[in-house]
Amino acid sequence: MAGRSLANLASGPRYFQDILDQMDDIGVGSLPIVLMAGFFIGAVMVLQTGSQFTRFGQTALTGDVVALALVRELGPTLTGILVAGRCSSGIASELGSMVVTEQVDAMRAMGTDPSRKLVTPRVLAGVLMLPLLTALNDFIGLLGGCVASVFTLRLNAVEFWTRAINALDFADVMQGMMKPLVYGFILATVGCYKGLTVRGGTQGVGRATTQAVVVASVMIIAADLFLTRLSLYLGDKIF
Amino acid sequence: MTPPSQEPQTSAVVTFENVRIGFDEEDVLRGVSLEVMPRETLVLLGETGTGKTLTLKLAAGLLRPTQGKIEVLGQEVSAMSERELLPYRRQVGFVFQEGALFDSLSVGENVAYQLREDRLGEEEIEQRVQEALHFVELEHTGDMLPSELSGGMRRRVSIARALAARPPIVLYDSPTAGLDPVTAQTIITLILRLRDVFGVTAMLATHRLQDGFALANFRFDPESKRVVRVTEKESSVPATGGDAEPATRFVVYREGRVYFEGGPEELAESKDAYLQRFLV
Repeated sequence: MAGRSLANLASGPRYFQDILDQMDDIGVGSLPIVLMAGFFIGAVMVLQTGSQFTRFGQTALTGDVVALALVRELGPTLTGILVAGRCSSGIASELGSMVVTEQVDAMRAMGTDPSRKLVTPRVLAGVLMLPLLTALNDFIGLLGGCVASVFTLRLNAVEFWTRAINALDFADVMQGMMKPLVYGFILATVGCYKGLTVRGGTQGVGRATTQAVVVASVMIIAADLFLTRLSLYLGDKIF
Repeated sequence: MTPPSQEPQTSAVVTFENVRIGFDEEDVLRGVSLEVMPRETLVLLGETGTGKTLTLKLAAGLLRPTQGKIEVLGQEVSAMSERELLPYRRQVGFVFQEGALFDSLSVGENVAYQLREDRLGEEEIEQRVQEALHFVELEHTGDMLPSELSGGMRRRVSIARALAARPPIVLYDSPTAGLDPVTAQTIITLILRLRDVFGVTAMLATHRLQDGFALANFRFDPESKRVVRVTEKESSVPATGGDAEPATRFVVYREGRVYFEGGPEELAESKDAYLQRFLV
């Protein structure tokens, strides 16, 4: 299913309106939770690291640490898990309900390939939207960190941003943008798979919804390990 | 809707040859063979779980038989790949038991769905949607969502959706199940009109014998625009397509096999104990 969802892009029919609708749902729809979570995580990072740096009189390093942690790790993974919680469940329950009410069969009976109409737009929207959400999450996270460092550590905002930006290499940004591509693919395909393979009526839809969130979240965390290793390797070799 | 062919067709529109299908190592259909002639309505009767819906889904290419051969409109459906089945399915209308309308689309969008898939012009789509909704007397519901309709209205929209693409064959899966007698009669009248006005070949799965007898004993007269009783002369004409009067034939399933096959008179006069259970 995962392979077919991308292979479908090579030939028609393509459902551009469905792709835009899904981008709106996954991207714009997830914006509030991603931004709110990003702001608070950035602020918490500053509080936690700042209290340690204060002991050594190195509070100026807070910006460096928050930027690296957010861009490399927390931004992509948190965004992935948050969007998985919101969208994998939504996709699984929507498609699962369509299966149990025979809407997917009706679609097939009218000559539509559900993989093209339902799966491909969601997977593509996931892959395209996650990096954008992650970038915004990183920025808002740094903003939250800046606010917290100004008010609690009495750091200068300009100094915080300068250190944060200078701390980041191209390899860090690449790592931070590569991960959400994979996470978007995982959360959308897991949601679609669980939804389209529902068995057992409405109870089955509920089960599929829960499973979609659990499986997508665990897969994202597991993928993070391998992607981090790969990114570090590529960072050493190429950048 | 495609008008009935002027040249008499004598070959079957749907052919099942020794078709078997099962799940979890147990066959539900155990070697079913049947034929549906042009303009004929085949009523599939049987208790729940005897394979009526499976037969329709097999004919529509939604399921693949584990054994046997299925031919519809001259195409061997059982041998087609999923990719080949997509254009094939557009020639077959399917009315699902609960309607299976897309609940996030309006009634009009539901009816227009296949027309948009076929990339017709917006003007033609609008015209065909209006025609189809007018046929089921639901012109005023175009902008409503399926959830705002009653169960009977949803079935009627489902029929409108099936006929909008003008298929030569329509498969009805228990179209009257769970409906009150008056609404069920409305649905049967629609099926009669679809058959008699447009010459559609049909397979109808039901557990209500009265639905089958209504189709066999009545016809829609386009001139008077009324449902009238079929005369003895009309009912004696065999269904061989062309100008022949549409015929209704019954197939009764028992334990995944064809137990009875014949016309309404044979079924009504049968003394068989199993068939009597449907007649009471």
